[in-house]
Amino acid sequence: MTATLDPPNPTTAHHLPEGTREIAFREALREAMSQEMRRDQRIFLMGEEVAQYNGAYKVSQGMLDEFGPKRIIDSPISENGFAGLAVGAAMYGLRPIIEFMSWSFSLVAADQLLNNVPKMLYMSGGQWGCPVTFRGNNGAGGQLGSTHSWTTEAIYSNIPGLKIAIPSCPADAKGLLTTAIRDDDPVFNLESERMLSDKGPVPEGEYTIPFGLAALRRGTWSGERDSDCTLVSFGRPVNFCIEAADELAKDGIVCDVLDMRTIRPLDIDSIIESLKRTNRIVVVDQCWPFASVASEVITQVCEKAFDYLDHQPLRVNTDDVPTPYAKNLEAEYLPHKGKIMAAVKTTLAGATA
Amino acid sequence: MPIRTVYKAQVDHLQILDEDGKVDDKLWRGDILSDEQVVFAYDFMITCRQLDEIAFKLQRSGRMGTYPQNKGQEAAAIGSGMAAVKGRDFLCPCYRENAALFLHGMPMEYVLMNWMGDERGNKIPEGVNITPISIPIGTQMLHAAGIAWAYKLRKEDRCVITYFGDGATSEGDFHEAMNFATVQNVPCVFFCQNNQWAISVPREIQMNSETVAQKAFAYGAHAIQVDGNDLFAVYKATREAIDRARAGGGVTLIEAMTYRLADHTTADDARRYRDEAEVASWRGKDPMIRLRKYLEGKGLWDDARQAASEEKAKVLVAEVVKRAEGIEKPAVTDIFDYTFAELDPELELQKATMRTSSIGQEPSQVGLNSGERQHA
Ligand SMILES: Cc1ncc(C[n+]2csc(CCOP(=O)(O)OP(=O)(O)O)c2C)c(N)n1
Ligand SMILES: [Mg+2]
Repeated sequence: MTATLDPPNPTTAHHLPEGTREIAFREALREAMSQEMRRDQRIFLMGEEVAQYNGAYKVSQGMLDEFGPKRIIDSPISENGFAGLAVGAAMYGLRPIIEFMSWSFSLVAADQLLNNVPKMLYMSGGQWGCPVTFRGNNGAGGQLGSTHSWTTEAIYSNIPGLKIAIPSCPADAKGLLTTAIRDDDPVFNLESERMLSDKGPVPEGEYTIPFGLAALRRGTWSGERDSDCTLVSFGRPVNFCIEAADELAKDGIVCDVLDMRTIRPLDIDSIIESLKRTNRIVVVDQCWPFASVASEVITQVCEKAFDYLDHQPLRVNTDDVPTPYAKNLEAEYLPHKGKIMAAVKTTLAGATA
Repeated sequence: MPIRTVYKAQVDHLQILDEDGKVDDKLWRGDILSDEQVVFAYDFMITCRQLDEIAFKLQRSGRMGTYPQNKGQEAAAIGSGMAAVKGRDFLCPCYRENAALFLHGMPMEYVLMNWMGDERGNKIPEGVNITPISIPIGTQMLHAAGIAWAYKLRKEDRCVITYFGDGATSEGDFHEAMNFATVQNVPCVFFCQNNQWAISVPREIQMNSETVAQKAFAYGAHAIQVDGNDLFAVYKATREAIDRARAGGGVTLIEAMTYRLADHTTADDARRYRDEAEVASWRGKDPMIRLRKYLEGKGLWDDARQAASEEKAKVLVAEVVKRAEGIEKPAVTDIFDYTFAELDPELELQKATMRTSSIGQEPSQVGLNSGERQHA
């Protein structure tokens, strides 16, 4: 039996079972894939450099040795090709995991990803599902230039029929990916190259993390003291929010930090629950601001919890320009701690503590 | 009814200068390089190789990001670059033909700046016919077909040459570009540097066809495979392909058989997947060794000239590095420039205030609390 990590309400810390060790994000991803591949023969992993090279970012290290070349497959440089091939394989009962070296390159496969993957089940009246897990690096921060630094959250989350997981720490990386692989629908798992070496406690055994359930990383809902502002984020910027919250705490400003863990489904209930306590919200999202995930969260907040707002909801995104290449420009462009702190303070301006 | 053969094809392999520096005089005639040009090419190889090695060292000492070495592929870049006419023809590169770009007017420091993480290294100087280095694999081939199409429509007597690797032929872009170019019969030459590897993936895993060149037949293009480490074969094949294309005689796919002597990039360690024996055998086929032998045999080169050339290259490369590193850091406000031909009022405001993505940081940007905001 597989454990489920986290109770139905978000809590500050994971309830980590016995056998928890510190491992890196990339190892957590690998463990999820390997454990699932051991229990389910239908699963294979395909992508550029995943086999012989052990993955361009060493996520699939050792998997070729364990599972052999029939299940760990180096593909030609044909993103549209292997994305479409996965659709066919999934229609015929297999469970593909497709690694994009970068989600930036998934754009080559746009027709498969946007026009086939999410619609197969719908257009076949439920006959042909598409249980593929697509995963890879997403997001800027490594000075890779504009074409290699895509944050694909916004474009993909606009599409009905896709589930989108976006882990911020190793334990979630494993649990969310396990859930993704077992899901009967297509799931996009957005990882960050910048976090692959980050270490954190991860349980040894198999476990899933339910989709659509946020985790509260800072703040408590114990009723002792409500936080001053709700910070909502996804993936890597959750860590920027934690940094900002810790810094703000020194000035006596307390934030709830909600790590959404999946974009679709979106745990709007937890956001509203936090907002009821804080009456202020800042959404931090590493996409561009226009029609972003932050825009969606704020729209839903306005629709569903307008009366709880004491200040207009704010968002911190990347700048509304292509990702700059130069180090100093890219650093400024990201939704960094300084921007988050400034936004939180703006929501609190004029408020009496 | 007897079965008829409806299509037959063969791929020729052209080598003119062998590994020992011996030239095939029957093949090396007609529109060929003069002695001065060959000396220039070799001398230039020395400079380019040195620059390549320095770039590697810069990366290792933390002064550059990732860098893809060109080492071993100089004859392919220089031979084809010399066959195209600077200012007339157009180059659509990927990232392993630096020498061809330099020949066509790209300042050397730009390539360094680009890999050092400075977008300004990608801004091609006015009058230089080169598209920016293409990092998404394969996209430049379609751009090449498009530029060639523009030439055709405008009746300009020019040609485009696009560079790509063996791995890039697996992308749809390659096939779509070949099909478009041939159907429209545009003046375009497809130059594949088959360096035998695409990161860790060898040709046999990348494709089932024995050659890249044979893919030309599917599109009704001319095909030739050349020894890519042979300056003369590369020059001759490219020259013929360009002349034919300009005359409306069709598209050519050139497969230059070469070898990536270095790692894929500085982030790679090729020893993990390549046989040392294979690398050693290709080291013997180094384009520079045979060219030097050839020149020495003709009395056009000797140790003294070699030493002088290396010394000259050293000075030049040092200057190039100095220029690349000497450039001032871009200003943070540069983030906004070139997002549009003319910045829209919102971005103008963000640029002026440097209060950007967090729309809430500056109350005037929210459009509440203040009447300052002026939208056109
Ligand atoms: C669309 C896309 N997919 C994947 C990559 C990652 N990538 C960069 S270089 C490379 C290998 C290219 O091999 P080849 O075309 O043979 O050129 P070479 O590097 O050998 O010169 C890959 C897969 C990319 N840059 N763009
Ligand atoms: Mg190659």
